[in-house]
Amino acid sequence: MENKRKVLAKIFISTLYLSAFTFGGGYVIVTLMKKKFVDEYHWIEEDEMLDLTAIAQSAPGAIAVNGAIVVGYKLAGMAGAVTAIIATIIPPFVIISLISVFYNAFRNNYIISQMLEGMQAGVAAVIAVVVYDMAAGIVHGKSAPSLVIMGASFAAVCFFDVNVIYVVIVCGLIGAARTLAGKRRGTK
Amino acid sequence: MIYLQLFLSFLQIGLFSFGGGYAAMPLIQGQVVTGHGWLSMSEFTDLITISQMTPGPIAINSATFVGIKIAGIPGAAVAALGCILPSCIIVTVIAKLYLKYRNMDIMDGVLNSLRPAVVAMIAAAGIDILVPAIWDSASKISLANTDWVMAGIFVLCLVLLKKFRMNPIWVMLLAGVMKVAVSFWI
Repeated sequence: MENKRKVLAKIFISTLYLSAFTFGGGYVIVTLMKKKFVDEYHWIEEDEMLDLTAIAQSAPGAIAVNGAIVVGYKLAGMAGAVTAIIATIIPPFVIISLISVFYNAFRNNYIISQMLEGMQAGVAAVIAVVVYDMAAGIVHGKSAPSLVIMGASFAAVCFFDVNVIYVVIVCGLIGAARTLAGKRRGTK
Repeated sequence: MIYLQLFLSFLQIGLFSFGGGYAAMPLIQGQVVTGHGWLSMSEFTDLITISQMTPGPIAINSATFVGIKIAGIPGAAVAALGCILPSCIIVTVIAKLYLKYRNMDIMDGVLNSLRPAVVAMIAAAGIDILVPAIWDSASKISLANTDWVMAGIFVLCLVLLKKFRMNPIWVMLLAGVMKVAVSFWI
């Protein structure tokens, strides 16, 4: 591989570019990272990229940020991870900063406020479809514990106003306990 | 100490949002709308809408938007830092462990149990966006109170997304244009 400074510069420019032009969430950006670093630069093996993606998806936080960290870390250690994170964050940070400066002026404009109001129905529909697709996947899985977790979590958040953080903690612990219990049974 | 509050709030969002995409949305709502009252529900919905149309993760977009509103650019920087700090630590640790043991059973188990909960939480957050859009508030749900224009736009968007697989960004823009058109007609 080329010398370190060149590698860092290349990581910076390519993650900056990917982050600025990727609409549609973390999974998309991880796919594009694979194209760039595996297919184009040949810096990472295909199998290894799959593992890195799995790590990005299983750790908490935004997948795009996690993806940048693992790829940067793998390519150039801590310096690589920091470079990749900064490059990933700059585009949304700058764009949202600009928007928020104009937001109040925008919001008070009649046409734009009507537009944003209509878009609330649109974004609700987008979320409804996402939920439908995800829930369908879980229902098709026909796993009773998953269905119970889904129903109980919905009731807890929607009807009893339970803080979502507690739901995450409890369900995560249930998952860890089930894995450990399953392992013990498996070794007997 | 507003910077510390922003930092800690977004630290929790970064730490507890598993599963990417919309998974952070209910957590952000819990911190920013319900918890601290930094944004109203309609500002929060605008933020989600804006996030859909701009690049970048919802969590980073929110950190920037809320941070600037509450404490200017330094506030945004502090919130964004809080948001990514858990990722930095946890991802590097998992990457190290993974490279050493090549085994992620526990992580898989945790995620398997979290996935249905995340779907439920996103559904609840979606309802919090839908209800004010059509009925103003949950206590006012009734046929007489229904905003039929918004209900119609919602249903039309569902059809465009589900049946015609239209790109969500175009569907949302179309929803906005429809509302503007109707408001000029009536």
